[in-house]
Amino acid sequence: MAAAAAAAANGGRSRTLHRRQRAGPGPAASASHGGGRGDTGSVSGRKDPFPGPAPLPRPRVKRFLRGTKEKAPRAKSQRLRWHLKLSGQREEAAAARAARLDLLLPEEPGFLEADPGEDTCTVTQGDIAEAVDIASAAKHFDLRLEQFGPYRLDYTRNGRHLLLGGRRGHVAAMDWQTKALMCEINVMETVTDVAWLHTETLLAVAQRRWLHVYDNQGLELNCLKSFPRRFTVLMIFFSLFLQNDKGFLQYLDISVGKEVAALCTRGGRLAVMAQNPANAIIHLGHSNGTVTLWSPTVSEPLVRMLCHRGALRALAVDPTGTYMASAGLDRKLRLFDLRTYRVLQELVLPQGAGHLAFSQRGLLAAACGDLVQVYKGVGKEVPPQPYLCHRPPRPPHGLRFCPFEDVLGAGHGHGFTSILVPGAGEANFDALENNPYRSRRQRQEWEVKALLEKVPAELITLDPTQLGHVDTASLQQKREERIQRLGFDPQAKAKFKPRRRAKGNNLLHRKRKVAHEEQRVAAAAPPTCASPVQHPHFCCTVADCLQ
Amino acid sequence: MRVKVLSRNPDDYLRETKLDLQRVPRNYDPALHPFEVPREYTRALNATKLERVFAKPFLSSLDGHRDGVNCMAKHPKSLSTVLSGACDGEVKIWNLTKRQCIRTIQAHEGFVRGMCARFCGTSFFTVGDDKTVKQWKMESPEYGEEEEPIHTILGKTVYTGIDHHWKEAVFATCGHQVDIWDEQRTSPMCSLTWGFDSISSVKFNPIETYLLGSCASDRNIVLYDMRKSTPLKKVILNMRTNTLCWNPMEAFVFTAANEDYNLYTFDMRYLESPVTVHMDHVSAVLDVDYSPTGKEFVSASFDKSVRIFPVDKGHSREVYHTKRMQHVITVKWTSDNKYILCGSDEMNIRLWKANASEKLGVLAPREKAAMNYNQKLKEKFQYHPQIRRIAQHRHLPKSIFCQIKEQRIMREARRRKELNRRKHSKPGSMPFVSERKKHIVAVVK
Repeated sequence: MAAAAAAAANGGRSRTLHRRQRAGPGPAASASHGGGRGDTGSVSGRKDPFPGPAPLPRPRVKRFLRGTKEKAPRAKSQRLRWHLKLSGQREEAAAARAARLDLLLPEEPGFLEADPGEDTCTVTQGDIAEAVDIASAAKHFDLRLEQFGPYRLDYTRNGRHLLLGGRRGHVAAMDWQTKALMCEINVMETVTDVAWLHTETLLAVAQRRWLHVYDNQGLELNCLKSFPRRFTVLMIFFSLFLQNDKGFLQYLDISVGKEVAALCTRGGRLAVMAQNPANAIIHLGHSNGTVTLWSPTVSEPLVRMLCHRGALRALAVDPTGTYMASAGLDRKLRLFDLRTYRVLQELVLPQGAGHLAFSQRGLLAAACGDLVQVYKGVGKEVPPQPYLCHRPPRPPHGLRFCPFEDVLGAGHGHGFTSILVPGAGEANFDALENNPYRSRRQRQEWEVKALLEKVPAELITLDPTQLGHVDTASLQQKREERIQRLGFDPQAKAKFKPRRRAKGNNLLHRKRKVAHEEQRVAAAAPPTCASPVQHPHFCCTVADCLQ
Repeated sequence: MRVKVLSRNPDDYLRETKLDLQRVPRNYDPALHPFEVPREYTRALNATKLERVFAKPFLSSLDGHRDGVNCMAKHPKSLSTVLSGACDGEVKIWNLTKRQCIRTIQAHEGFVRGMCARFCGTSFFTVGDDKTVKQWKMESPEYGEEEEPIHTILGKTVYTGIDHHWKEAVFATCGHQVDIWDEQRTSPMCSLTWGFDSISSVKFNPIETYLLGSCASDRNIVLYDMRKSTPLKKVILNMRTNTLCWNPMEAFVFTAANEDYNLYTFDMRYLESPVTVHMDHVSAVLDVDYSPTGKEFVSASFDKSVRIFPVDKGHSREVYHTKRMQHVITVKWTSDNKYILCGSDEMNIRLWKANASEKLGVLAPREKAAMNYNQKLKEKFQYHPQIRRIAQHRHLPKSIFCQIKEQRIMREARRRKELNRRKHSKPGSMPFVSERKKHIVAVVK
């Protein structure tokens, strides 16, 4: 598109700035979209000062391109070349359209800017709650639950419902925005972890001996006879990953009810686990400072990284799957790039971080001792800056960002605290993926569609787009088979035969001839008058050669 | 300190009344849509499987003829009418919506060799074994009137085919030679002949309406220009062509149904090699008809099946067969691109869907959108092995299945022999002949 191409020169300016400054270097001939009348002008006779569609900044368009340009060799058939060219054009057009629709998104993300001279770290929750509207201020609250032990928590994927699990057996499910309690039970056993399953109708509780699945009304539905210490739910695959004390990693498909894989990690007791939301790979942290990456189809770890000098305490992966944050007993917080598996940034914390969580917009929350610190600017040149601080009543035992809200939930020994973190949540959700305002009907339809498009476990790989790439290995194999079958290679170039030259440098030819002559002469009887004709010829050729 | 916390007004996201639609705000950021490729792949797999589940192409069988159906003709103006001629000289006119025969005419003594409808739709022509050409009215006769042709022409030799011009009042018959007739006269305007053998079919080009093509028994296809008095050019193939059909969208392209189990699509400007060779039948191909879109055609074969081929591909995308359907003599693709009619020699005309898993009738907009989405997904992932395996799987009757295996073995044996000969002979002495050129003997201008 002419607009997109011209916008490459403009760089990344803000939207409003763009529309005013467009006139000068803009594309001269945007004939495609020149308004209704083009050159003839409008009814008033004045010309449109901004003809054509508004230019799009290239970085914005790039965000919507999936980066699928493959360096394939030039296609043989013209039809295929035309087809690929057309696909490329369509992709660009779709990305430009999506970039244009970006303007129509209703919400803007939150922010917190301190006055010059002040630091955002010094801003307290009380200050923020005073400065914002009532609805947002109500999102900061404290639940004092002192009886039933330190709490672990989980939010549903659309950020609407909250699940709390206290160590001494208290399990509560609620809609935290309207404060409507769904259920509150005591399971009468030690609870080590809680999680929502794919919707807010089912929850899973890791109890003293087994994993129990409950309804959101508190009715026990199922009991899985495996003892997990920590577990995490994989959404798209409708499955649970469990890790237990014996060093086994179990993968269960909850839509069918089958165990897909049980992998022996051979890393000892596992307590640290994180899921990469972008490719569904499980990251396990071990006591020798290594992090291993697992997929259910492979019985060996896909990647083994040495992250820390001591044992790992916490792991978190950001939602785009680019960065991994790890905290160890050596009191360091390290940020890794998951494309290259190298350290990007390192922070030394006075007290090691026991829990880590990434928000949707890339903020990192770390629970250091009894303090919850939020860092901003992960992945930039400068090490991440502390953004906010909060001290809950007791040291936190669970830390989660609420999706689509600027809220961080911390479960601790005295209950639950909801912390306001401006700029944490994604402002605009896609209702077909996760909709915080969905009705019961919409949830049911979504559940059916999600089950139908459940991705099988075999497709969990380090690169989730692998299916979309050309399988060059098979292509090679097919080519070889075809050559074998036909007896010739239909795609091979003919051997280069140099043109026959009448005069000039046929030194090589002469040398070869000479060598043959020599052989013949040597093989025959000692040359007296055997080859009188050849002899002078022989001499003259050698002489020529020597010259 | 400037602070803003994300705060949504529920009124912007919830519907106002129960009678409204739910609001569905969208955000196309790829970060919010994880696992796009595997999910689309799973959807494509489901779509392919469902397509096979709903693939029920047979609609009905039109019963009534008392001998094998020899030829069919489409009504140019009415989608629900079709005419058929049988081997006992009967011509029947059918109403496809009621699936009933509305008129029966005893047209000839002996076979009805060919029939065609006039372009205006008011009359049709038939030729038969009794050496006559008859023109009939398309309307049924009044009460009390008898079935009488408008016009009868007696000829000296048996006519084997007839076709009408697409715009003028001219028709062409073939038998010993190709005759071009004016409707008002009783003797042909001109006779075109090239060679000494009989001609089995003749067809007018729908776009360049002065062009004709004919298939002769001496294995050639001859092209004529009506404005000249001599034939244009001809191409000689390895085996005889039964019929040919012009592409209704591409002016110079026609497809020929050959006895050597293949169909050849030719560009009449370059007859030296066909554009495509379509190979999938296991017995002689008897009839071919194009879809009105010009992108696909259907072929009827002596092996008891009907196949649908895309114009640019060498293999069929669909095969229709039934236990009760015997050798298929004639096939037509209806003008609304939706149905296929095939007449076989066990006296039945069968009506099939052109797209086997298509839902007929009015579709709701959401249904249509979902079907379009599924179609696009299937196209996008069609080369993945699992999906291709499901999409191309068709059940075949045992005879055809065994024939295919046998012919594959024979082809492999021939190829191996050629390979060995080439390996053990002087390099360059055995040139590679492309599959396309193998079947052409000569082109004569």
